[in-house]
Parts: sequence; structure tokens; C-alpha cells
Amino acid sequence: MKTIDQTTDEILDLAATHFKFPRAELTPSDDFYKKLAIDSLQALELLTRLENHFGVELPDYEVQGVSDFHTLATRIQARL
Amino acid sequence: MAILMLDLTKYDSVGAALSDALGRWPDEVCLIEADREKEKSRITYKQFGEAAEPIAAALEELNFAVGDRAAIIMTNQPKWLISAYAVFFAGGVLVPLDYKLSAAEHLQLLAHSKAQILFIEYPLWRAITQSPAFVEHKLKTVLVSEAPPNADLAGAQHWEEFRGARAPEFKLRTRKDTACIVYSSGTGGHPRGCVLTHDNYLEQCAAVTPVFPFWPGARYLSIIPTNHAIDFMGGFLMPFTGGGTVVHLRTLRPEFIREAFTKYKITYMAVVPLILKNLQRGLREKFAALPPGKRKMLDALISLNRALTRGTPRPALSRVLLKDIHKAFGGGLQALLVGGAFTEPATIEFFHDIGIPIYNGYGCTEACTAITLNDLRPFRPGTVGKPVRGMEIRIAQPDADGIGEVAVRSKTVMSEYLDDPEMTAETIVNGWLMTGDLGRLDATGHLQLFGRKKNMIVTAEGKNIYPEDIENNFEGIAVKEFCVFAANYIWPQHTMTGEQLVLVLHPEPGQAVNDALVKELSRRNSQLLNYKRVAGYVVWEQDFTRNAAMKIRRPILAGQIGKQLERSAMVPL
Repeated sequence: MKTIDQTTDEILDLAATHFKFPRAELTPSDDFYKKLAIDSLQALELLTRLENHFGVELPDYEVQGVSDFHTLATRIQARL
Repeated sequence: MAILMLDLTKYDSVGAALSDALGRWPDEVCLIEADREKEKSRITYKQFGEAAEPIAAALEELNFAVGDRAAIIMTNQPKWLISAYAVFFAGGVLVPLDYKLSAAEHLQLLAHSKAQILFIEYPLWRAITQSPAFVEHKLKTVLVSEAPPNADLAGAQHWEEFRGARAPEFKLRTRKDTACIVYSSGTGGHPRGCVLTHDNYLEQCAAVTPVFPFWPGARYLSIIPTNHAIDFMGGFLMPFTGGGTVVHLRTLRPEFIREAFTKYKITYMAVVPLILKNLQRGLREKFAALPPGKRKMLDALISLNRALTRGTPRPALSRVLLKDIHKAFGGGLQALLVGGAFTEPATIEFFHDIGIPIYNGYGCTEACTAITLNDLRPFRPGTVGKPVRGMEIRIAQPDADGIGEVAVRSKTVMSEYLDDPEMTAETIVNGWLMTGDLGRLDATGHLQLFGRKKNMIVTAEGKNIYPEDIENNFEGIAVKEFCVFAANYIWPQHTMTGEQLVLVLHPEPGQAVNDALVKELSRRNSQLLNYKRVAGYVVWEQDFTRNAAMKIRRPILAGQIGKQLERSAMVPL
């Protein structure tokens, strides 16, 4: 069973790859909208990536009201 | 093919029109629920009525009275429309709320609207029950859908079990009675609940359906939240009045939207500019990935299509010329409607050039749905179209360029803002709705927009943000006084794009805006949902002009700041 830190790490890896952003510059408390310069629909693209990676279904509302990687990780962790 | 829609002049209420639709097309498919790539359910008009009437009966058993208010907070799905029709059947007033608001905002609007009944989806109810403000709610009955069997519903009931035994009695309403209370902005200090009557909706529907008719088999893909005027009209009233089908999708993910297009051969879809830009981005990426030879060929075909469709859309021709692109849109698309916020002309041109019939329009909740619509005859990307039938537009106090505030008069204009005579009186003046938008009518009667007179912004998702509503979030920061403005209100630009919020700080005398303060401002800013954040701050060294009641005189303050500071003085946060 993954720890929350592992989950968070993997999310940062996937976000960096998907949006072609330097991995070293991403931290768990970053606001992903601001840091990656993405909008809410692009955040949903990331959600799809995370679904495929973690093997869980993540309805759109899981990203509602969430703007930092750490909170996103806790939402995903709850479904693992 | 003759298109025989309901004659809406015959009805006194939305419920009456919907009721007739159920009887007119009993065996036609009414709703299809898609769950990503799977079809979850489909029901006929007859089945829709059979699903809704027991809910109306249950409302009756609760002594739900004519005019009582019932709210809905659900993602796009059949249960939304079924619950809404049950409320209309029972003579109630619907309060459709945006499912994307926070739990605290939901509770605030529920309290403001004085809704007694709430239809809500389980994850959203769970968030509400976990909110500190939950203990203060005054809801009498809450129906929660799709809750796990053993979930603690905190006093609510399962939506699936809320059914009455007896056949319900249809409650008649008149055109001047309230049908819905629709909030045109989120929350914060000043909820704006537009009181819309049955007449508003029936007139609006009758004005728009000649342009976008429905018939049995016509399909509308519903992705914009149904509380939003565009989807309530396009994904509920309009399809029903023609026996059409609504396809519900709860997700906005492009891959599922694309699938739904082809799987269900979609006829119409309404989008907000954000979704359109996302679609454009996806298409551009596909074009860029083509080998050079194919790319050249595609560009040539697009040029040809553009030339041949300037005067009028030619969907059949475009589908032949640009077969692969149109296949991705299902091959049956008659119109892609974009509204809710301003769309850049270049984006509209992109879709028009590839033969996707893109219709942009302009409207506001205060005028029910649509004020103007483009008819693409010819294609006019720099305008938001001509007034829809029954709509009068005038430009108030035009300047030398003919630009002034857009004022609108029509039977679709709301009756008032709920419980707010002052704001109503400011907004509806001598029978004209003052939109707060700046525009000009061109020589052919098409409306061009040039910015906002009102101190507000609209996001690309079509959300209205009033700066005063954001100020709560900065309460207690270590300055003498502060306020938030729409940047364009201080520094007017003749454009509807790039709208931002700016925080105006008046430090204590001798106080510098130091690192600690900036850090606190950033922290407070990040607590807001991304689209509500301020883009930056400016420092203002003078006392804010206030009236006798100590309220900031915003137009005067904005004027002063605009005169003395340039937009470049704004420090990004």
C-alpha cells in the first residue's frame, strides 16, 4: 500500500511529464494551476493520467476546490 | 421535413409546456445518461413522467405549497431534470445552484433563497454536512441521490425512496408567477438571485427555437452545468418542446466529449469559451502532428472551405472537404453554441474556417438567457450577433464612437433581484435592463462589445465575479484599508478579454508594503478558488473616498486611481 508521500511523488512525476515541466521545480504545496499555468480543463487531463497510473476512477469532482498537489494526493489516496 | 414543436403561446407555465411534451412524444427517447464511454440509461418521455410524478406526489404529501422553493445541486444527469419537473408539477419555484460552488457557498445561497427542499447528490451533501456552517441550515427536507446504503445522511432521505403513493395534482401557475430563482454570481457579500417568471422562460424559448429547432431524434449534449441559463434552456426546455433528446455527461473531459459526439451523433452542444479553447487546442495539436505533405493539403482545404462559407454555412460541403475533422464531431453536428462569457473572435474564426457551425451569442441571467445571437449569414466574428426576437437593445449615453452601456428591454427580463429592491432599482431603470456592458450596434444592427461599465469580471467558464465578494477573504490584513476592483474598471480597455481583479492597498502612514505583508496577501489569495484570485495589488496612499455611511464610493475611487496610477503599477501576486 503506497504511502501518501509516495502517492504525492508519483503525482508530481506525472504532472511534470504531462505538462513538460521541470520535475525539480514542483513541490507538494504548489498551486498546480499557477505553477503549471494550466486551466481547469487541463487539470482534468491530469486527472485522467492519474486514473490510468493509479488504476482508480476519479470523478471530475475530486479536483473541485483543489488547487495544490498535496490535497489532490489525499483525495486519490482515499480511493487506493 | 416539417418541424412541429410545441406552440408555446398556448401555455401559462413551464410545467404546463413540459407536461404537454410528455404526452405529445411518449415513446421518443427523452434522456440518455452517458457514464464516460458507457451508456448508463435511456428513458422515453413517458418514462420521464412516470419517474417525476411520484416525486411530485411526495412533495404534495409534505404539504409543499404552490410557490414554495426547492433547490437542486447535482451534476448533469436525468435526476436533475426529473426533480425539476416534479417541482414545477407541484407548483413550486426552482432554485438551481451551481454544483461547483463550495459547501459554504451552497449553504449561503440556500439560506438566501429560503429554499425548504433540497435535491442533491451524495458527494456534494457530504461536503455540506462537513462545513462549519451546516448547523445553521434551515432546510426542511433533503433528498440525497446515489448515497451508499449505509451512509449517514445527517437527517436527509434517499432521493430514490422519496415517492408519494397517490397520483399528484398538477398545480396551475400563471405567466407572471416565479418559475426559478437563479443566482447570477457566486456568493461573498451580495448574492444576486434573479427572479425569473414562467413568462420569461416561455418567451425566451419561443424566441430561440426558430433558430435552433428540435425534433424527435435531435440530440443535445449537456455538459454545461444545468443551473446555468444556457443548459437549462438548451438542455431542458428547448429539447422538450420539440421531442428531442438530451444526452447527459457528468464529465468535461475532452476524450469523453469526443466519444459522445460520435456515439450519439450529437446535433447541438453548448459550450463556454474555456471548453471551446480546449477543443481548439486539441485540434491544433492534431494538425501540428500531421506530416508536412498532409498538413499542406489540410491547410489548402481549410482555405477553400473558408472561402466557400463566408456568406453562409454549408455543413454538407464542409463535411466532404474536411471529412476527418467532421468525423470527430460525429458527422451530425448542426450547431456548436458558445456563450456565457466573451469568446475571442480568432477562436470563433478557427472553428468557422474548418466548417464547424459555431454560433456565438451574448446574454445574461438577468435577461433569462440570450440577448443576441449570430446567424452566420454572413459570418461576423467581431460581433455577438443581432437581438433575438422580441429583444430591444439601445446604447445608453454613447460616446463619440457610438459606444455606451448596452440596455435591453424584453419580456425575458427578470422581475427583480430576490429581496434586493435597491440593486433591482439600479439595474432595471425605466423598464430597461442596464447590463453594465459597453457596446455598439454596427450598421447592420449587430452588437459589438467593448468592455464593461460594471465593476465585475466574467471568467472563461462563464462565472461572474463581483470584486466586493472577494474582499471578505482579505479581512484583517495589516493595512489601513483595502478593496478589490476589476482592473478594467479602474483602467478601462475597450476589450472583453484578459479581465483581472486587482487589490488596492492603503497602508498605514509610514508603513511600507513589506515581505511579511506580501506573503500574507499571497496566502490569503491562494485560499480562493483559482478563478477568484486577484492578479496583483496596487498601493494607494490616500484615504478611500467614502459616503456618510462609510461605504467606499467605488466609482469615484476607481476614477482617482485610474488618473494617478498606470496599470503597470500593479504588482503581481
